[in-house]
Amino acid sequence: MKRQFMNGYDAVKDIADGSTIMVGGFGLVGIPEQMILGLVESGVKGLTVISNNCGVDDWGLGLLLKNHQITKMIGSYVGENKEFERQVLSGELEVELTPQGTLAERIRAGGAGIPAFYTPAGVGTPVAEGKETRVFDGKEYVLEKGLKADYSLIRALKADEMGNLIYNKTARNFNPMIAAAGKVTLVEVEQIVPTGMIEPDQIHTPGIYVQGLLEAVQEKRIERRTVREG
Amino acid sequence: MKGIKSNVRERIARRAEQEIESGYYVNLGIGMPTLVANYISEDKVVVLQSENGLLGIGEYPAEDEVEPDLINAGKETVTAIKGASYFNSAESFGMIRGGHIDLAILGGMEVSSQGDLANWMIPGKMIKGMGGAMDLVHGAQKITVIMDHVNKDGAPKIVNGCSLPLTGKGVVNRIITDRAVLDVTNEGLVVREIANGFTLEEVKNSTEPDIIVSASIRYDAY
Repeated sequence: MKRQFMNGYDAVKDIADGSTIMVGGFGLVGIPEQMILGLVESGVKGLTVISNNCGVDDWGLGLLLKNHQITKMIGSYVGENKEFERQVLSGELEVELTPQGTLAERIRAGGAGIPAFYTPAGVGTPVAEGKETRVFDGKEYVLEKGLKADYSLIRALKADEMGNLIYNKTARNFNPMIAAAGKVTLVEVEQIVPTGMIEPDQIHTPGIYVQGLLEAVQEKRIERRTVREG
Repeated sequence: MKGIKSNVRERIARRAEQEIESGYYVNLGIGMPTLVANYISEDKVVVLQSENGLLGIGEYPAEDEVEPDLINAGKETVTAIKGASYFNSAESFGMIRGGHIDLAILGGMEVSSQGDLANWMIPGKMIKGMGGAMDLVHGAQKITVIMDHVNKDGAPKIVNGCSLPLTGKGVVNRIITDRAVLDVTNEGLVVREIANGFTLEEVKNSTEPDIIVSASIRYDAY
């Protein structure tokens, strides 16, 4: 039985200033909406945030940015956010850009007890500057380090009371790796079901990685609503 | 002007479609490469990969089918084809880096004669991030870059050496522009096709490196 929280603030109120947090999602899909709002409410400062993107100006991690709660961001694409640009240019915000596959693997490695690994992504580019490189079978690779976090905040479709998780469609993205890479992993789900209601064969993330659950309604804002004609 | 621009994009996208063979798993980059999907022949069985965790991108949804949890890498709402699968981002890039994608079609700002690609950053302008491009260029079996032959000022985008920060070094196999199709080879850039409305001389003059003319070059090819 995992701890269940009442609301987003209740889930994240123990996160202290200066913490490193990982947040699931790709764009606005699969982000833990209420826990991010909870962080805005708690006012925690000096966060290092590891997440593929940084939300948009008025939703998701963009809310923490606007509130000056983030001092360092590690991600792969932050182009949707004007406030991000302003804070980087003014020196208020430090940013570490990492190729998306490298970011996913760094998080996976962090959760899987692998301190570092070699990847071809970024060789010969600014990404590899200052990093160790090595040639295997005639091709050059760059050494990238695993990532861990004090807290991992993720989103799933469904959890059982033991914290076993199922994701919905492309809302899975970074969430499973982030689940394993946090000392404390808190999961926001659309529905908590009684243990035994999810088939063991259907579980995407085993409950061992999960410390707390929050059942919450998701707004699921759409960044680019594209439809076909007719 | 806008009409001309969209015609050029369509011409490039239609030519790029010919790179796709039936049975291929393909990743299309954000922007113009995404348009290629509109022209894939119905005779071909093609599975499109989206690096946010979808194999089998379908068409855009009808108004009443929009599913907020189902997007492509450009964050557009999409559908999934029959036989599609979802997976996490580490697995997605595992299949990319692991060489399981047959072809990636990407946009470009500059390509060098050695196949270096720059397409993610202009110094002094806002850094947006490289997304998945740096992983893709090392993973897919074949990298095709589609772009305008020259930039807004008329300067070549195919250059001796990239001036912009690289996305990958020596990674591009083929370049398709509004003017020509060129291959990056050990001997240098080889021009294979010239587009309607352009001459070989015009292509040579708007390409910075010297180019080798293929013995089987096709004129008015697309």
